[in-house]
Amino acid sequence: MSDPATSEMRFRDPARAKALGARLAELVAAAGRPISVMHVCGSHEQAIARYGLRAAFPRGLDVTMGPGCPVCVTDLPEIDEAVALARAGVRVATYGDMLKVPGTAMSLADAQAEGARIDVVYSVAQAVELARATRDPIVFFASGFETTAVATAAVLVSDPPPNFTVLSAHKYIPPVMEIVAEMPGAKVEGFLAAGHAATITGSAIFDAFAAQHRRPVVVAGFEPLDVLAGLVALVELVVAGEARAVNCYPRCVTAEGNKVAQALLWRVFQPIGGRWRGIAHVPSGNLRLRDEFAHVDARRRFDIDVASLWQMAPPALVEHCVCGDIMAGIAAPRDCSLFGRACTPDTPVGACMVSSEGTCRIWHQYGGVPDLVQLGARPDAARAP
Amino acid sequence: MCLGVPGRVLSIDGMIAVVDFWGVKKQVRLDVIDEPVVPGDYLLNHVGYAIRRIPPEDIAETLAMYDELLGEVRGGGDDLMAADVRGELAGAGKADV
Ligand code: SF4
Repeated sequence: MSDPATSEMRFRDPARAKALGARLAELVAAAGRPISVMHVCGSHEQAIARYGLRAAFPRGLDVTMGPGCPVCVTDLPEIDEAVALARAGVRVATYGDMLKVPGTAMSLADAQAEGARIDVVYSVAQAVELARATRDPIVFFASGFETTAVATAAVLVSDPPPNFTVLSAHKYIPPVMEIVAEMPGAKVEGFLAAGHAATITGSAIFDAFAAQHRRPVVVAGFEPLDVLAGLVALVELVVAGEARAVNCYPRCVTAEGNKVAQALLWRVFQPIGGRWRGIAHVPSGNLRLRDEFAHVDARRRFDIDVASLWQMAPPALVEHCVCGDIMAGIAAPRDCSLFGRACTPDTPVGACMVSSEGTCRIWHQYGGVPDLVQLGARPDAARAP
Repeated sequence: MCLGVPGRVLSIDGMIAVVDFWGVKKQVRLDVIDEPVVPGDYLLNHVGYAIRRIPPEDIAETLAMYDELLGEVRGGGDDLMAADVRGELAGAGKADV
């Protein structure tokens, strides 16, 4: 694989990247203090790690990844519900990222190895097709933030076949940003918001958040230069003490968002409080089906026996997993004693190592300490072979 | 990845559009889009659902960016984000990259 710092950045206009990096350095130097910001999007972390962007960040600018990976925040009991259904002989369809996420006793992949029927689908529409083609009950184990939840909602309002139900682990991002902003120990001064989620919710939803929590929010795109430009805008706001929301990604995001999608989302789902793995109980953070959709709600159609799973295997290594602290911005993968040892992409202990959007997985893939890749220089020994 | 790969609508049948993503034809559902869509429009796709019609004024720039990305791929380049774009086009989702 080529060196991200040289070939990728050349492709992405190194002159502009350097100029943006220099602007960041100037801003942080002028502030005369360290500045800490958080992005809430796995795709941002991928761009940062892949292109070695941390090397372009000045010392004194800390960019952490918050709870921006929907797979990572799916809680153990939610995985357990899907596993219990699958082990009870119900056919479960889900997105590929969910397969290896460890539950209390096992993952869906483990259940599949035992003979449970699990179908990986790219779209909820595919799960509906599966249901149409069989008489067996099909449970769609639905994960993802609001962007993905609207697809689930669209299916549920258009008369899915009677053997189709949904086990919702969908999550809603805005409330968790409030939690992270007010966490004791969190020193996050501003947020880069997740682009696709903002396509649905609109960027204006962050105006009230910014005012209330006195922190700016910038919606940014996913190209390396987009991320750098978004960070420049964000740090400028932090330094100026302006707590407002700015949209740096107008191609995909409008102020008011996608109203049709919002209407669908709230017609089908209601936000309820629930745990996000490792983070906290997030009021209004979980999307659950409204009562009118009880007939397609797997939780109400099936008697899901998770208790027997909990008796099977006490969580062992999981207790040492610090995914939650990582997503809260108060720890990094290097702070976990299992990182790269007991916990690897093939033997994930925590969900952050499973998803292609998880911080631990991304750090593992791009060499452990992505900050050490020097922009414009050969990658050093920190990169994985 | 939410790259927002744009695709051009070829035809529409009810709630299903056939969309051309650089030569890869895919069906995309139109249930959640907030504007009328006609053949020739460009859409963003997320898990098989169109979530945004790209404003006409942004199309040229957006296409140029992706042309450059995919041109690099065809030219034997090794760009990581281009690889993601290819993955998204293949519709394999983001399972186990
Ligand atoms: S390395 Fe593994 S166990 Fe440690 S925090 Fe990351 S996912 Fe959890």
